[in-house]
Amino acid sequence: MFAAHWRPPILVLKGEKQVPEKISITLTLNGKPVAADVEPRVSLVDFLRYHVGLTGTHVGCEHGVCGACTVLLDGETVRSCLLFAVQVNGMDVQTIESLATEDGLHPLQQAFQKHHALQCGFCTPGMLLAAKELLERNPSPNEDEIRAGISGNLCMCTGYVNIVRAVQAVAQSGSSQVGKSS
Amino acid sequence: MKPAPFHYIAPSSLDEALTLLGKYNGQAKVLAGGQSLVPLMNFRLLRPGYLLDINGLKELSGIQLADGKLTLGSLTRQSEVEHSAEVERQLPILTEAIRLVAHPAIRNRGTVGGSLVHADPAAELPVVAVALDAELELKSKNGIRSVPIPEFFLGYLATSIGLDEILVKTSMALPPAGTGWSFSEYARRHGDFAIVAVAVLLTLDPEGKIVFVRIALGGVGPAPMRACAAEKLLMGKAPSDALFRETAAAAVTETDPENDIHASASYRRQLSAVYVRRALETAHSRTQRGKTSA
Repeated sequence: MFAAHWRPPILVLKGEKQVPEKISITLTLNGKPVAADVEPRVSLVDFLRYHVGLTGTHVGCEHGVCGACTVLLDGETVRSCLLFAVQVNGMDVQTIESLATEDGLHPLQQAFQKHHALQCGFCTPGMLLAAKELLERNPSPNEDEIRAGISGNLCMCTGYVNIVRAVQAVAQSGSSQVGKSS
Repeated sequence: MKPAPFHYIAPSSLDEALTLLGKYNGQAKVLAGGQSLVPLMNFRLLRPGYLLDINGLKELSGIQLADGKLTLGSLTRQSEVEHSAEVERQLPILTEAIRLVAHPAIRNRGTVGGSLVHADPAAELPVVAVALDAELELKSKNGIRSVPIPEFFLGYLATSIGLDEILVKTSMALPPAGTGWSFSEYARRHGDFAIVAVAVLLTLDPEGKIVFVRIALGGVGPAPMRACAAEKLLMGKAPSDALFRETAAAAVTETDPENDIHASASYRRQLSAVYVRRALETAHSRTQRGKTSA
């Protein structure tokens, strides 16, 4: 994939500014409006963590492989390390912080706790959002479908067995729709 | 792991995007799903001065089934194709292939056009496009042209698209009714790029003779390829285990794999023989004999 050895310089037309200007964006973040001025190259995950201060979204590989930075963009899971913050102007972003409500943890969070589906917790925010989307698209997945659904989220601790069990438990209880975003 | 600075522009129309692309003359990159481009930028293998974000150009997205063709707007998300019941009914090989593209979150963002233009020889969509004789519509500020898929892929991550052109849409001819299909690949982990990927389409006439066949492979050369000589071996004959074995062996001689970190060339050849044979068997088992009038 990365066989290109040629490394071109940063090319900018003569007469144009070398330093890109900041761009004003507004977005809905976990149901609330957020406005900011950001440099174009700031990734969405860095924006969430360092500009907004929401550190629930984790940064792992920064090239789309590990899934730790998964967030919901207009309701769909995306890698926030492969999006620039300027791209989500006018869009709806939900992070892991949106999952629990005043009434308590989301059924998936409860199931992860009950089934010991996390150890170090680094992959958990992404894993939960991937599982949430999976159950919204397919409320009663079999084990293979669960494994395919979370295949983009790497976990170094659990061996996935308890994660699969937790998702199965929520699917069987039919409670996945509780707390579903509108 | 952070990209070099760049200017970000989100054009409000395709014409504006094409004008800017012409103006920046090779110094701009088009940003669609960004699932291959942004990693390359994060590794600083690419340092475009300008990014033209076309995600707002809704006219570039959409799935159309008409006149025996499937037409996909280049900005159509892979997940949209994956979940289209109509695509699965009319062109199940595409659905089967797209489920092997990376992971759900990548497919939510990744686009059909982006995958074709990126031209990774081990990616799934280019192999399907080759099997289905895709036609690509490329547009620049100077006009529009249609490119058949054999003239599009030039080699590793290289295509015949001009620096001032954007892929607008891709059309694929639907195979005859009753056609059997198979898309399968060998990859180390779920969602990885394929070490070998194979697409097969197979149609039988009422007498059980093969009247239409496509064998396309990925991961076995600098670009996805069709095994044309192997296809010729099958035409007009009745399927049999011996014939499929012979065809698979012939297909291997048409490949041109390289050694790399993932697999040796000889291993890729061996896998090609096995996967072509199995894909022929699967496609054969899915054919409906004699329904050759579309």
